[in-house]
Amino acid sequence: MAELAPPLLAVEDLKVHFAIRSGVFQRRVGEVKAVDGVSFDIRYRQTLGLVGESGCGKSTTGLALMGLVKATDGRIVLDGEAALARKGSVPKSHRRRMQIIFQDPFSSLNPRQRVRDIIRAPLDIHNIGTPEERRAEVSKLISLVGLRPDQADNFPHQFSGGQRQRIGIARALALKPEVIVCDEPVSALDVSVQAQILNLLADLQKELGLSYLFISHDLGVVEHVSDRVAVMYLGKIVEIGRKTWIFGKPLHPYTELLLRSAPSHDPHHRHTFSAASDDIPSATRKPVGCAFHTRCPLATDICRQVDPPLEEKGEDHSVACHHR
Amino acid sequence: MEHAEPALAVSDLNVEIVGENGAFPVVSEMSLSVRPGETVCLVGESGCGKSMTALSLLRLLPDSARVASGSIRIHGEDFLAMDQRRVEDFRGDQIAMIFQEPLTALNPVLTIGEQIAESVRQHRKVGKREAFARAVKCLELVQMPDPERRARQYPHELSGGMRQRAMIALALACEPKIIIADEPTTALDVTVQAQILGLIADLQKRLGTAQILITHDLGVVAEIADRVIVMYAGRRVEECSVYELFDNPLHPYTIGLMGAVPHRAGGIVSARLTDIPGTVPPLWDLPKGCAFAPRCPGASARCLEERPPFIEKTPGHFAACWEHDNG
Repeated sequence: MAELAPPLLAVEDLKVHFAIRSGVFQRRVGEVKAVDGVSFDIRYRQTLGLVGESGCGKSTTGLALMGLVKATDGRIVLDGEAALARKGSVPKSHRRRMQIIFQDPFSSLNPRQRVRDIIRAPLDIHNIGTPEERRAEVSKLISLVGLRPDQADNFPHQFSGGQRQRIGIARALALKPEVIVCDEPVSALDVSVQAQILNLLADLQKELGLSYLFISHDLGVVEHVSDRVAVMYLGKIVEIGRKTWIFGKPLHPYTELLLRSAPSHDPHHRHTFSAASDDIPSATRKPVGCAFHTRCPLATDICRQVDPPLEEKGEDHSVACHHR
Repeated sequence: MEHAEPALAVSDLNVEIVGENGAFPVVSEMSLSVRPGETVCLVGESGCGKSMTALSLLRLLPDSARVASGSIRIHGEDFLAMDQRRVEDFRGDQIAMIFQEPLTALNPVLTIGEQIAESVRQHRKVGKREAFARAVKCLELVQMPDPERRARQYPHELSGGMRQRAMIALALACEPKIIIADEPTTALDVTVQAQILGLIADLQKRLGTAQILITHDLGVVAEIADRVIVMYAGRRVEECSVYELFDNPLHPYTIGLMGAVPHRAGGIVSARLTDIPGTVPPLWDLPKGCAFAPRCPGASARCLEERPPFIEKTPGHFAACWEHDNG
C-alpha cells in the first residue's frame, strides 16, 4: 500500500518566529510564533494536505521550507540529506529539488517577461543545459501543462487566471523537482477552472512521480488531493494522519469543528449552524496551554495550563489533545 | 408563503456597460422575484453578471454601467422610475445590502455604533442617543459579543467575522423587507462562515425578510437557498428549487459545476473532477448561439447557431438548453 512509502522529506520541529517591533528605534517588544514546532513527513509520490484557517501558519510553513522566510529553528531532511533550517538559507541542492506554486497567479509572475523567459529562468539560474537545450525544455514544459506552443511569446496579462497558474506550474517543474509546495494553488480561481488545475496537478504527480505539500483552507479540496492530512491551529499541528482518519474519524475537537463547519453540498441534509460567535484568538495573542481551549467544548483546567503534545493514537494518526 | 405577493419583482432587466467602443450587455433578460421569508440564490462564476444584477437592484451601478431596459418593482412600486430622494428613502428602509468585504464597505473613521445610528437617523425621526441605543440593539440581534463595547469601536478593531456581523447589523438597522447579500461569507474562514450562515438563516426566520444571496459556492447554496438561479455570461441558464437543482440538474453548465467541486457524496471522494474545458467567454465577444456551447460536452450544430430560450422544462424547473426540449 501507498501508506508504507518511506518519507522523502522530513520536517522536524520547524519554528518561525517574527519579532514585533515598535517605536522610533524599532525596539523588539515581542514576537509572533507563526510556526511553533511543526514536524511532518512527506512520502514518495504522495500528497500531504496542510489545512487550517487564516493565520494558522500554514503558508509560513511552506515558505520556510523553501527558504523564502527565515526559519528560527528546526531541521529539514530531504532524502536523508539534512539541512538546518535555522541558518536561514536552504542549500542550493535542496532548492533544486523543491519548488513552489503560489496562490496568486497575478502577482507571482513578472508582468514584463514573456512566458518563455519566465519558465526558463530557473534553468538559467541553475545553469542547466545549453541555450538550445533550454529552449527545447521550455517548449516541452509549455505543452506539458496544457498551454499552446504559440503562446510562449505572450506576456502574463494575455492569459486568464487558470492559464497563468499553468505558467506557474511549468516554472516550478523546470528543474525537475521531487517535492512541490502548492500554496493555495486554486483558491483564486473559479470553480470550473479550479477543477482543471487540480486534475493537471494529479496527472503531473502520476506522470513525474512528484510529492506535494498541498496547503489549503478548503477542506473539500484537501480531502480530494491528499493521501495524508495535517491540521494546523495557531502555529501547531493539532492532528495529522492518513486522510481516512482525519475525515472519517477525527479526534481533535478543532478538526471536528472544521468538518462540521464545511457546507454539506446536500440540501436534504443541511447542517444546523449555530449563529453564536466564539472567542477566536490570533497568533499575536495566543492563549496559554492548549491554544484551542477558548473554543473547545471539552476544555478543562489542564487545557488552560498545559499545551498537549502530539501523540500517536493509532497507525499513522497523531493528535494533540488532553482528552482524546 | 407560496402565494404571498413578491417583495421584489424584476422583469426583463437588461444592464449594459458603456465603453469607448460602444455598449455591451452584462446582464440580459433577467427576471426574478422573491417573496417574504424566501431566499433566492444567484449562482455563477466571475463575470456571469450576478454582482451587476445585485447592484442594479439597489440602483448602485457604477457610472460606466446603466439599466438599458426592464423593470424593478419593490412592493409594487416602480424602483427604476423613482427620483433620487425617494431611492435614498427606500435604501436601508425597504431594501438593504450586505457586501462581501466589510472592511471596505464600512466607514473606517466612524465607530460601528455611529454608522448604524447614522442609518437609523436617516430613516427614523429619533434623537442621537436613541439611535445609538438602537444600534446596540442591532448588534445584540446579530449576536455580537459585548455589543455595548463593540459599538464604540472602529471597524479595524474587529475581527473579520465580527465586522461581517456589524455589516449585517447595519443592513438590518431599519428592518428592511428585502436583503441583498453579495458573497457575504466568501472572505471568511470556514468556522466563521458557518456562524454567519447560521445567523443569516436565524434572522430570516425571525424577521421574515426576502433575501437574495449571491454566491459562487454551491455548498453555501445547498445550505441556505430555497430557490436557485444559475447564471452564465450574463444570462439565466437554470432556475428551480434548491432540492430540484441538486437532485435533477438539467443544464450542462450546472452539471459541470457540480462535478467540478470536490466534495463527499455519501463519504466517497470521487477520483477525478469533471472539469469544464476552456474559460468563460468575454461579455463583449459572446458566441452567436448558446454562450456555453463552446465548452459544452453535448453541444450540437444548433447550439452554436441559435440561442436556446429560457423556458419551463418540468413544472417549476426552468432552463435554457436545446437538449431538454421535449422533457
